Amino acid sequence: MDFGYTTLETRSIDYDKFDRKLIEYLLQYEPSLLVCMACGGCTATCSAGNLVDFNIRRIQLMVKRGETDTLKAEIDKCMLCGKCMLICPRGVNLRNVVMLIKKKLSIDSGQLATKNNIK
Amino acid sequence: MQNLYTVSKDYRKEIADDKYYYARSCIRQNFFPGSEVTFLNILKKDLDRDVFDDPKHTTCTGIAYHSDVIPFDTIQTVVARHFALMSENGYENFIASCVTSFGMYIEITETWKHFPEQLELIREHLKKATGREFMIPKNIAHTSDIVYKYRMRIAEQMKYPLVNAKTGQPLKVVDHIGCHYAKMFPDKGEGGAEFTQVLQGMIKAWGGATVDYPERRHCCGFGFRQYLVQANRGYSVSNSKKKFESMQPYEPDLIVANCPGCAMFMDRWQYTLNEMQGTRYGASDTMIPVLTYEEMAGLVLGYDPWDMGLQMHQVDVTPLLDKMGVKYDPDGKYRTRTGRPIGSYTPQQSR
Repeated sequence: MDFGYTTLETRSIDYDKFDRKLIEYLLQYEPSLLVCMACGGCTATCSAGNLVDFNIRRIQLMVKRGETDTLKAEIDKCMLCGKCMLICPRGVNLRNVVMLIKKKLSIDSGQLATKNNIK
Repeated sequence: MQNLYTVSKDYRKEIADDKYYYARSCIRQNFFPGSEVTFLNILKKDLDRDVFDDPKHTTCTGIAYHSDVIPFDTIQTVVARHFALMSENGYENFIASCVTSFGMYIEITETWKHFPEQLELIREHLKKATGREFMIPKNIAHTSDIVYKYRMRIAEQMKYPLVNAKTGQPLKVVDHIGCHYAKMFPDKGEGGAEFTQVLQGMIKAWGGATVDYPERRHCCGFGFRQYLVQANRGYSVSNSKKKFESMQPYEPDLIVANCPGCAMFMDRWQYTLNEMQGTRYGASDTMIPVLTYEEMAGLVLGYDPWDMGLQMHQVDVTPLLDKMGVKYDPDGKYRTRTGRPIGSYTPQQSR
């Protein structure tokens, strides 16, 4: 029945149901991501973030929540300068995280034919 | 019976014992007209309290205020008139039937406490408009606070506990507090905004079990402007949908609501969502009955469900009555108290 309005899909995250493929892949090859405490130091010092709307802290949160729809466009903004790794109090290898995200997205989209030589 | 739990002293609320001036809700008398009469009956007959139901009372205009239709000075003057009526009738304890009205009375009295010049201005406005003068109430409470306060006395007179009569298991009850009860002024609500006890206390005292689901504290979606403009109603129904989806895995037997708007929308939007997308959120593809706390208290005390107007609910309450073992006349649902037929039963199909 048409009442003249529609419903919106809920944005709540169900931790029992979301797609964990990407986060499991990242933790397998870069376990240091697990100790991130989301302080935001990486974002504060980010070279790309000073020039464009890019937030590496938000990206790690999106990955951990399984929100990967807009990840491809976001991750391409990273300049791989590595300043985030210098500032990180937990020693997370964020440059490797960014590379792994790019790699996994490429594998999943079929752009990267082989799954070998990951390290 | 002993008290079943304790509330943090920071969120204990002083609730007057007796001699209440009763402020009805404007919308509630259309949505669930039996609720307020049931409250008055419980207070007067079962609890022997003095409560004055004043016919001169009007809407608090909270809906218009929250919809940006009238300014703050206007609602303050309307509320000042209510306080004047209370003073004229010799009462000092003000109780409001509506959560939004309750929030407004608190917001306004707090404003006057911090800005005395505003209080003087409103005294002047009221004097010019009506010739009246007013006293600020000694105690302001929501009517659910009163039922909560006397929940143990109601439990002593209980006829039908919130228990499945066949299995003996407590009914799983979702409590919905309403944003304006304690989210604006947490110390004015029993248990504060996060762990509000007012409905939970009733449910536990009367034998039920509360459901602690993820979106328990989420707004029902009424939100005034979202609902009043048809094109925005999608926001309203989406809020309720989010709550229903969150509570669905727990298979609640009943939703009890504190606020007139919440009871209305959690009841009506279940029908709407079923019509729009064919979804039902209760166990075994059913809808979840929604009651106000007065109706729940009335059922527990053995009041006739049709005298309380439970046939006015969109979601059929008879499965709940059967679960509780409440005795009722099935045909009485579709007759007025004088026997005049008011409709017939059409089974709702799942789409």
